[in-house]
Amino acid sequence: MSFYLVQFLSGLATAATLFLVSSGLTIVFGVTRIVNFAHGSFYMLGAYLGWTLVERWGTTPLGFWGGVAAASLAVGLLGALMEVGLLRRLYRSPELFQLLATFGVVLVVQDAASWIWGAEDLLGRRAPGLKGSIDILDQPFPLYDLVLIGLGPLVLGLLWLLFNRTRWGTLVRAATQDRDMASALGVDPARLFTGVLFLGSALAGLGGALQVPREAVNLHMDMAIVVEAFVVVVVGGMGSLTGAFVASLLIGQLQAFGILVFPQITLVLVFLFMAVVLVIRPYGLLGRAEDAPPTAASPGPPLIPSIGPARWVPALLLALLAAVPLVAGDYALIVLTEVVILALLAASLHLLIGLGGLVSFGHAAYFGLGAYGAALLVKHLAAPMPLALAAAPLVAGLGALAAGWFCVRRSGLYFAMLTLAFAQIVWSVTFQWYGVTGGDNGVLGVWPPDWAAGKAAYYWLTLALAGGALLLLRRAAFAPFGYTLRAGRDSALRAESVGIDVRRHQWLSFALAGSAAGLAGGLYAFSKGSVFPTLMAVPVSVDALVMVLMGGIQTLSGPVVGAALFHLLETEAMSLTDWWRLVLGAVILVLVLAFPKGVAGFARDLWTRGRDT
Amino acid sequence: MSRLSVEDLQRSFGGVQAVRGVSFTLEAGEILALIGPNGAGKTTCFNLLNGQLRPDAGTVRLDGVDIVGLPPRRIWRMGVGRTFQITATFASMTVRENVQMVLLSGRKRLFGLWTPAAACFREEAMALLERVGMGGQAERPCGVLAYGDLKRVELAMALAGDPKILLMDEPTAGMAPGERQELMALTSSLVRERGLAVLFTEHDMDVVFGHATRIIVLDRGQLIAEGAPDAVRADPRVQAVYLGGAA
Repeated sequence: MSFYLVQFLSGLATAATLFLVSSGLTIVFGVTRIVNFAHGSFYMLGAYLGWTLVERWGTTPLGFWGGVAAASLAVGLLGALMEVGLLRRLYRSPELFQLLATFGVVLVVQDAASWIWGAEDLLGRRAPGLKGSIDILDQPFPLYDLVLIGLGPLVLGLLWLLFNRTRWGTLVRAATQDRDMASALGVDPARLFTGVLFLGSALAGLGGALQVPREAVNLHMDMAIVVEAFVVVVVGGMGSLTGAFVASLLIGQLQAFGILVFPQITLVLVFLFMAVVLVIRPYGLLGRAEDAPPTAASPGPPLIPSIGPARWVPALLLALLAAVPLVAGDYALIVLTEVVILALLAASLHLLIGLGGLVSFGHAAYFGLGAYGAALLVKHLAAPMPLALAAAPLVAGLGALAAGWFCVRRSGLYFAMLTLAFAQIVWSVTFQWYGVTGGDNGVLGVWPPDWAAGKAAYYWLTLALAGGALLLLRRAAFAPFGYTLRAGRDSALRAESVGIDVRRHQWLSFALAGSAAGLAGGLYAFSKGSVFPTLMAVPVSVDALVMVLMGGIQTLSGPVVGAALFHLLETEAMSLTDWWRLVLGAVILVLVLAFPKGVAGFARDLWTRGRDT
Repeated sequence: MSRLSVEDLQRSFGGVQAVRGVSFTLEAGEILALIGPNGAGKTTCFNLLNGQLRPDAGTVRLDGVDIVGLPPRRIWRMGVGRTFQITATFASMTVRENVQMVLLSGRKRLFGLWTPAAACFREEAMALLERVGMGGQAERPCGVLAYGDLKRVELAMALAGDPKILLMDEPTAGMAPGERQELMALTSSLVRERGLAVLFTEHDMDVVFGHATRIIVLDRGQLIAEGAPDAVRADPRVQAVYLGGAA
């Protein structure tokens, strides 16, 4: 009995941290409608700053708590700085560009933290006066965790007072409900947003700084927490503080007891829970329909098939690419092979985002399913490469068919979170099903047969298969299939009232995009000779998203340009400097600020402007 | 058998009974106006007819077949076209593509992966656009059109479905007076050509009395009058509703 009580209490302590971080995220989202990926980075910065300050002052209780508070305030200031310097310039950009910008900040912060504090895990000092534990029914329980448990409701209470008893809080609530109306009534949204970013980031920083005595501070904290915080916010209902609190409590307990009941699928539990909640309660536990804005791209100008000389560009490019092995060395061919594969991955994601307005945060799942489908066939059944490559899009397509059935039932950010949930489920199954997948050791020895083993031969094979798939995707975009998908995005109401089953069409598109990503995954497996669970982890999904957004979602060439740009930048930056994340993040920020329509969209504007004048 | 027959239709939202026991019929070749003050339940009625909303009680029969509970896309396939009070078109497509989209849907060609959509049923789409006077703007993106033009595109889209019944929710709202008469004259001639049955709502009484063959009047969810335009115009209950006097 006492064991369960202690388990329950440690669940509460986890919940407290979760709540601190997710309350900040939900406040920022509620007001600015920005999906702030950098929120996890602020949490991590809070932990690092907290560590430094606690090391310096933390010998006395006053010094310790002062250090924690100072770290939180400093992070709050950084958040305000991000609003003034970056987000403020992007409020008129598509929401996805804001997301991309915050991801740029994630990369920059990662390298900045690594530069300042080093790559080693840092163990912090424990809180003076709270180092021991007390016995609860003969089970020891850390005193510090007990303080944390009290802190959650305390912060909820303070936030409630702030939002319901102060003028500022009232303005924030007004802006949350109707941003345009609030600014029409004379509320300066810019100043309000700066304040909100300060508050939200300070809460993340506080959550991070409070973790110092509990766990080692490291460079992976940011992504781990931001994904969990998103889950909390979505389960609780976007923009709802009380919802975030309740969801934190539930998820804290789920983690505390889940590990006892289902040790095999601990990683999946939280995401399964979210998926179930979203299917039963579409807007989260305490969310309301109107609080969920679509993250879908607003309909752009008509897609125009290239006319005149421009229509030969793809064929010319293909011919040019096919000729590269005649002049280039092995290294260039390896990089180029990867570019072609990633272009297919990005184009398949673009089918969903650009045409369907369906922003998937978990597209890597199908890339990974394709890669593992091929690799496992080779490993367990000694299948020849052609068979394995044929199976890759099939396996991924089936996976997408299953996941898509659930995902297309929701739209906007909820769709995004469901795709993320499924990707995490696939990832954790791969990671934990050691007997079949080899866990994080991956599957090795997935090499092409002799006839395709040469770098040039495999490059040509990739070019033929991925190029063919790209061509098919391009045809599909201009064919009735793509038009129907766009019709559902432009106006679901109109589409349904002219006989279109929007959901079914989105479902099939999801499967098509998934199988194209699967082919890319299969090709990737044979190009590397091995597959690992990281192939389907969150960063790959985000990479694909960045590629699509970098190239611009308004053009079909966008994802191809974006994939090439992204991968070449990444490879180049990696070979030149250890700080490639910093470089990449900075490049993303510059691109977002300079080309709000993406690079390909910018080029097309130049081209049409040149023709019109 | 009537083209459309509605019996005892009911629908409430929370405690508000938006539509209370509405019954009427609509015949081929008829232009039936559904009028009433703001909040009378006209749009709710429309949404009940095309499947957007499900009635709490009552039946809707299309050529004798009960269509209650079917989704809008099924009802559309049975021959009920619709234009919206606030226009809904596909903003990222050109005017012509909007009409082609509907033609593709009607011919069940939505899953084609190869032939460009812009090449499908091109002449047919152009003919429909010429018919509503939008031929000259066929290549413009729908997102940049003037409101009155959008209404005409919606009409062309509705016709592309080759409907038996056309539901038009405030077809002339937002148009200039001259344009209104023009659009309704066009609708009347389409009804004659195609044997359509039209049910429309409208606030402009010139449009209503100039083009409707029959009128039904809705007030606070209930039908209070029905008949030929002249009879309805003379009905004291209708005058009371519109002029606000005691009946």
